[in-house]
Amino acid sequence: MTAATAIETQASPVITARDLDLTFQTNDGPVHALKGVDLDINEGDFVSFIGPSGCGKTTFLRVIAALETPTGGEITVNGMSPDEARRKRAYGYVFQAAGLYPWRTIEKNIKLPLEIMGFDRAEQARRVEKVLELVDLAGFGKKFPWQLSGGMQQRASIARALAFDADILLMDEPFGALDEIVRDHLNEQLLKLWARTNKTIGFVTHSIPEAVYLSTKIVVMSPRPGRITDVIDSPLPTERPLDIRDTPEFLEVAHRVREGLRAGHAYDD
Amino acid sequence: MRNILPILTIVAAILGIWLAAVAPMNFRLALDAATRAGEDVMPATPDEQGETGLVRLMLDNPSVLPAAYNFERPRLPQPQWVLVEIYENTVGLARRCEWQGWSDENDNWTGLSDGCLRVVAHNRSLLFHAWQTMAPTLLGFAIGTGLGILLAVGIVHNRAMDLGVMPWAIASQTIPILAIAPMVIVVLNAVGVQGLLPKSLISSYLSFFPVVVGMVKGLRSPGAMDLDLMRTYSASNSQIFWKLRLPASLPYLFASLKVGIAAALVGTIVAELPTGARFGLGARLLTGSYYGQTVQIWAALLMAAVCAAVLVWIITAVEKRLLTKMGLAR
Repeated sequence: MTAATAIETQASPVITARDLDLTFQTNDGPVHALKGVDLDINEGDFVSFIGPSGCGKTTFLRVIAALETPTGGEITVNGMSPDEARRKRAYGYVFQAAGLYPWRTIEKNIKLPLEIMGFDRAEQARRVEKVLELVDLAGFGKKFPWQLSGGMQQRASIARALAFDADILLMDEPFGALDEIVRDHLNEQLLKLWARTNKTIGFVTHSIPEAVYLSTKIVVMSPRPGRITDVIDSPLPTERPLDIRDTPEFLEVAHRVREGLRAGHAYDD
Repeated sequence: MRNILPILTIVAAILGIWLAAVAPMNFRLALDAATRAGEDVMPATPDEQGETGLVRLMLDNPSVLPAAYNFERPRLPQPQWVLVEIYENTVGLARRCEWQGWSDENDNWTGLSDGCLRVVAHNRSLLFHAWQTMAPTLLGFAIGTGLGILLAVGIVHNRAMDLGVMPWAIASQTIPILAIAPMVIVVLNAVGVQGLLPKSLISSYLSFFPVVVGMVKGLRSPGAMDLDLMRTYSASNSQIFWKLRLPASLPYLFASLKVGIAAALVGTIVAELPTGARFGLGARLLTGSYYGQTVQIWAALLMAAVCAAVLVWIITAVEKRLLTKMGLAR
């Protein structure tokens, strides 16, 4: 990103949460998945949510996507309610598993949202070609999901989320099930993709290096009740080769994330 | 082709067991006949024979064994007799079979002489009877499958149907079909419905159930994530059905169809039994049992087995083609 676009993106928060609460009623009594969450996500941000399981990071992402309804507080996406934003195709969602439909080829899987949203055939084909190229899967369109490796499948699912040109990309531990080597590679590719498309990305992870490597903003969360303990604006440059992870700046941010987790008693039993 | 050996092994084993069972099954009948013919048997009177165990009788009267094997109206015939019976009631029915060619005088579209057509048209022909059973089976299977799929779609999409229909579907299968088949035929006959349909309705009654069960399971098979994905696209219920639930259910559907088509065949045969049907494999079973013609019964049973095998094979072939095309077969 150039300096000019960086300034431009400072201005407008795309996602705003104010005092957000979400309580699940279960048989064992209420569970406070989110409590008093305040957060602004600006246009073009790459925001990671990190914390131990049960800290509400996935729940928060699902609230943004209108897959869960908060029980208190306010949240807006592009100035609208999450429900309206979803109908306006504000975001693409990438799940932990690739979730490609096995009876559709990669190409047809990417066309799925386009068919549902009523794009015409020529436009569908054009977009499929574009996003396949974007995730480096050109030529794999005719393959069935099981013919691809796990990493390639996850890239295809990212392509599917990009196909209808949403400004926001929500990713729920998308690389959690992959081995570390594949993960490094995909992280690097994701950063390139982000630089090319200038999307706003919400990224849930439980890996500290992954969060620090990818993000412009790291949201540290802790459980019982799920809340934000720290928000760290990354001082790292936008250009990030993999070996940036050995620099003192990187280690310093990682240290701060760890401190934030400790402050939230994330390491307690 | 590589599964031909195991199949042949099983067939050989069945034939072996069958052949071994012929003598003990028919021994008492043969002994009875030998006693009446004044042969020297041990023990000498039918009453004493009745009180003696089968093994004892066989050991004491080895001379009767060949007669037991070749008994004329046996309880259990030799397997090759059944094959002969099938041959005689199919290909063996042809008389003066010749190619006549197509011409205006010949109103028969096959171009074969009427003598040839006896193979499928004669009222003793097993192929004729098999078709009399197959036609209502296919119609009943179509009705049952259609009904089953519709019910399953309703059950998955409507909570009232989910709670209301399933218990009735299960209850319907606990009613002995043999008991209600004559009533169905009589009632339908009274309102003027005859021919194929009454038998088909009974066969659809048996075949809809596996389709409902399998299809409900299949339509519900997509996981929470698959459904969430659809929600993020704001997909409508009908889009979710056509693009997710239906394709996901197909492997389940085919498993059910295989059970359903076999049940449909059984349903048709059962429908023929208590209703005095004149044609069909069930009718052959019935007349066979009236006249003590076990060979005829076995021939009809074997024919029914062949029909079932063919039907299941057709479904398997369609399944394989479709699922391969969908990338679901590996």
